[in-house]
Amino acid sequence: MQDITLWFQDLLAGNLIFTPQTLGYYWEGLVTTTQLVFLSLVIGLVMAVPLAIGRSSGRRWISLPIYAYTYVFRGTPLLIQLYIIYYGVVFFDGIQETFLWPMLREAFYPALIAFTLNTAAYTTEIFRGAIKATAKGEIEAARAYGMSQGLMMRRIILPSAFRRALPAYGNEVIFMLHASAIASVVTLMDLTGAARFVYARFYAPFEAFLFVAAIYLCLTFAILYLFRWLEKRLLAHLKPA
Amino acid sequence: MKKLLTVSLLGLAMAAGTAQARDYDHVRIGVDVPYEPMEYRTPEGELTGFDIDLGNALCAEIGVTCEWIEQEWDGIIPGLMSRNYDAIMSSMTINDERRQTVLFSDPYFTPPSAWFAPTESELSEATRETLEGLTIGVQRGTLQDNYVTDMFGDVASVSRYSTADDMVLDMQAERLDIVFLDYPVGKATLLDSERRDYQVVGEMITEPKEYFGDGFGIAFRQRDEALAERFNEALATLKADGTYDEIHERYFGEE
Repeated sequence: MQDITLWFQDLLAGNLIFTPQTLGYYWEGLVTTTQLVFLSLVIGLVMAVPLAIGRSSGRRWISLPIYAYTYVFRGTPLLIQLYIIYYGVVFFDGIQETFLWPMLREAFYPALIAFTLNTAAYTTEIFRGAIKATAKGEIEAARAYGMSQGLMMRRIILPSAFRRALPAYGNEVIFMLHASAIASVVTLMDLTGAARFVYARFYAPFEAFLFVAAIYLCLTFAILYLFRWLEKRLLAHLKPA
Repeated sequence: MKKLLTVSLLGLAMAAGTAQARDYDHVRIGVDVPYEPMEYRTPEGELTGFDIDLGNALCAEIGVTCEWIEQEWDGIIPGLMSRNYDAIMSSMTINDERRQTVLFSDPYFTPPSAWFAPTESELSEATRETLEGLTIGVQRGTLQDNYVTDMFGDVASVSRYSTADDMVLDMQAERLDIVFLDYPVGKATLLDSERRDYQVVGEMITEPKEYFGDGFGIAFRQRDEALAERFNEALATLKADGTYDEIHERYFGEE
């Protein structure tokens, strides 16, 4: 351990940019990015399941509003959504006096809201596609067993739909990680924010952005492997024998 | 014939060289207009500003007549070299790159930075104690950012913005408690704004030099050391007798 520390100190001694201080900024950025992406994905996922069921419902008064929601959030850039939620809300008179303000005041929560709504819209459409693709035979068999609509959804449709949605959802997770790079425009010190800070401080765009790109690569790698492992376990039955 | 031409040209060049060493009684000063409040024209078309007033006062102190010659910024140093004028006094920041070409006087002005907060804010000065736990707004990558990050980064949270406009918006939204800006920018965007009332907190800040730079200097041709020296002496006199402060107050208000 001491050898590693010494090696690290030697490595750092020769440069002005990667001092313990700037590495501290990168670390804080990593924490912020991870929190932001993880929380928005989890909340978005929880929202997306009922929304996807509603979206594939035959009742138009349920499916149409959900369609409108996914259409708006998939049809506009995430950056614009973030701007509207961060800068837009303050134009409601008296928002500073409401109970929402302590949250909206920080940059973190407007970013979290924007990212959650955005990923929920995409995930809804991914799940809806997977639900629609359920084999007709499975549904007929479930009906033949006398299953109610809810039971059929819970036992037959959703489990297989989730499995089918897995590869597409893995992409969404990676997209979300990369999309989170825009959080720094609303003053959030995420990974990209830290890189922009180091760049502006030392006029070293190459080092600052290359280093942060490497961190994103590592994160993406971890996500890829997680999903590969999940697919191996959950989609084993689909593999050619 | 050719030799004669060479010799006479050489003589001419030497004559020009010696002529250069003369004492000036008339100094032409290059300036890029407008750059408010440093140099601009009044609605009547009269040239005015901090540089102009200070320059005229310096010339009066030295006992020379001054003539202001307008020149676009990108040609302002070449214009000095080709003797369109003898000095540049146009908010030019002293730096090493320019030092290789021109000779600078002592710095005559450092653009001040200042703290701005809403009028109803109870802050009366900006120190590590008073700013503890507050949110400070700065423009990313500016000298103000570096200063605030190093001085207050560990006690207050620093929000960094790409443009001053975004920062002003968040100030109006009450997301920021205080911002640290170039004084002229803050004056134009906050003090003169209509939505809310803002005030300067504490004194204007121009120190330490490692953050706020060397400031503005008057540029001369390298060989005009005597002229630069006369301006330096005059500047010291004006600073001592209060004339400098009076001009400063005229354009930047009370400190």
